[in-house]
Amino acid sequence: MLYVNELKASVEGNHILNGINLTVNAGEVHAIMGPNGSGKSTLSAVIAGREEYDINGGDIQFNGQSIIDLSPEERAHLGIFLSFQYPIEIPGVSVSNFIKTSLNESRKAQGLEPIPAKDLLAMMREKMALLEIKKGFLSRSLNHGFSGGEKKRNEIFQMAMLEPKLAILDETDSGLDIDALRIVANGVNKLKSPGNATVVITHYQRLLEYIVPDFVHVLHDGKIVKSGTKELALELEEKGYDWIIKETQEL
Amino acid sequence: MTFKDKLIQAYYQNESAFSFQEQRKENMLRLEKNGFPSVKDEEWKYTNPLPVLKKDYQLSTKSSDISKEVVNEFILTETDTYLMVFVNGQFDESLSNIDTSHFIICPLSIAETTHPALLKKYWAKSLGDKPDSFVSLNNALCQEGVFVYVPKNTVVDKPVQIIYFTKDTSDDVFLQTRNIIIAEENAQVQLTERHQNTDGNPVFTNALTEIFAHQQSVVDLYKIQNDQRQCSLIDNTWVMQEKQSNCTVDTFSFGSTFIRNNLSFILHGEHAESNMRGVTLIGQDQLVDHHTLVDHAVPNCQSNEMYKGIFDNNAKGIFNGKVMVRPDAQKTNAFQSNNNLLLTDEASIDTKPQLEIYADDVACSHGCTVGQLDDEALFYLRSRGIPLKEAQATLMYAFANDVLSNVKIAELKHKINRIIAEKLGVDISLEI
Repeated sequence: MLYVNELKASVEGNHILNGINLTVNAGEVHAIMGPNGSGKSTLSAVIAGREEYDINGGDIQFNGQSIIDLSPEERAHLGIFLSFQYPIEIPGVSVSNFIKTSLNESRKAQGLEPIPAKDLLAMMREKMALLEIKKGFLSRSLNHGFSGGEKKRNEIFQMAMLEPKLAILDETDSGLDIDALRIVANGVNKLKSPGNATVVITHYQRLLEYIVPDFVHVLHDGKIVKSGTKELALELEEKGYDWIIKETQEL
Repeated sequence: MTFKDKLIQAYYQNESAFSFQEQRKENMLRLEKNGFPSVKDEEWKYTNPLPVLKKDYQLSTKSSDISKEVVNEFILTETDTYLMVFVNGQFDESLSNIDTSHFIICPLSIAETTHPALLKKYWAKSLGDKPDSFVSLNNALCQEGVFVYVPKNTVVDKPVQIIYFTKDTSDDVFLQTRNIIIAEENAQVQLTERHQNTDGNPVFTNALTEIFAHQQSVVDLYKIQNDQRQCSLIDNTWVMQEKQSNCTVDTFSFGSTFIRNNLSFILHGEHAESNMRGVTLIGQDQLVDHHTLVDHAVPNCQSNEMYKGIFDNNAKGIFNGKVMVRPDAQKTNAFQSNNNLLLTDEASIDTKPQLEIYADDVACSHGCTVGQLDDEALFYLRSRGIPLKEAQATLMYAFANDVLSNVKIAELKHKINRIIAEKLGVDISLEI
């Protein structure tokens, strides 16, 4: 589904990604871990199409198509979703209207009619139950005055509504207490299907107790320096990142 | 004949029929002497009044009728309100609703005969020593408008809507309106005002509102400036506040080709609070100028000022915010912000905070920004599949929206939100 090949990216002359290779297939859950500043958030932003980054080499393919020249909205229409570490506050635009606009723009790109209001509301109710979201939430201004937990839950709610093929969760666990973490993780797990894939970007192993990855990758200095199974995450939790960095340098 | 000559002639032809003859004469003489401002005047440096003043205006309008349906298009209809409808400068009683016994809401022409002493006590009393040309002109020649008097300890139970329609005015027409609003001690009133042409003919309105907010009173006035494109408006508002009063004047400017707002608050009693906010959203060949003055003449008062503007095409915005803190006005809190988005290289905003502070124990702040939209916020929306143009519109909507958070009439807030959303093409139709 996602094929990242020798991807190099920079911002304002600073090289952040230095040759990333990553393959994610449908049905898989990948975790990308790494110390601060290793390039985790940059990788997610570059896949989603943030234009402030310059692509200096390599390619990103999504279902066989190179997407590096596509706009963020075009990538979204193909089924790529990024859950933000810091979701943006939009006063005056309700959660429901935002999701309506977002959903209908994707439908428009696929040549579909706007979703009838009745169906939209039914779908919202179903996904809200999944994430234990209360009714009043829909009429609130998007992320405006939301707690950290509400913002993250709202991200996963949007993901549930948009039904992406590839979901990238950027530090979704940061700022969450244990109950919110459980609810969010539970939501992500229920949305998993053989047809979609999830990339979880996280600093800590904690989230991976709830969203169990098939593969774990360690990012350091803009490169994936080690890949393994979920046991690798436990090892990192125990021993920190230093031993991998040391091992890499020795190579 | 110039506009000024025409006005002078009209004045002397009708002089004997006027009320307040002495004051009117004084104002007319001042106008004769000073004439109208031009870009050479500091106060008009960025707003050239000449294109508006050089037209050959008709000074009188024939009467006309408006249907109830047309009125309903422009008013709050779900909220129970008092309503004052004028058509071509004349009060239309059949379209209005001013049935009340606890306070006075009536046209000025009626107040002249029913409450002459009260009117005389307040008429032109808030305007300072040196009224400018447009205020002088209104004082000299304006004859009709709204008189609202709320006695002590009285709360007006529903908003008062004022709407000045123009219709069937084939030539360029000049019109003046006058509102006098008095809230006695501990009284409260909310008002809305708009000037609305209904058939696309050009109208130039010179409006003047005087608000007298006595001790502990609360007065809120919301101006909806969404007139047809060929119209021009000079809107002068003077607010005189006594101690512990709270006054708000919010101005929402979307229409007309030329709008100049002169809004002045004179803080006369301690612990008074003044609020002025505005949203301006204009495009091709439109100009909106907000000139505000807050005169902190006494200690312990607070003023809050927040104006936001979005300017598309070759739209032109002007903001001049003068805050005067006089030597005695210690413990003044004065806040001012003016934030703007320019959507094209041709759009412009001249923004000028003007703080004159003569007291030393005060908290005054001002900030103005002229900018573009936040890239990260745009990316957020686009990553949800919302195309660039729509994403920009959504952020503009959010930018303007927070000015509305203090509008106390829910239906009005909703209406203004819809106007902004519609102008920007943002979908806010889903209501849950």
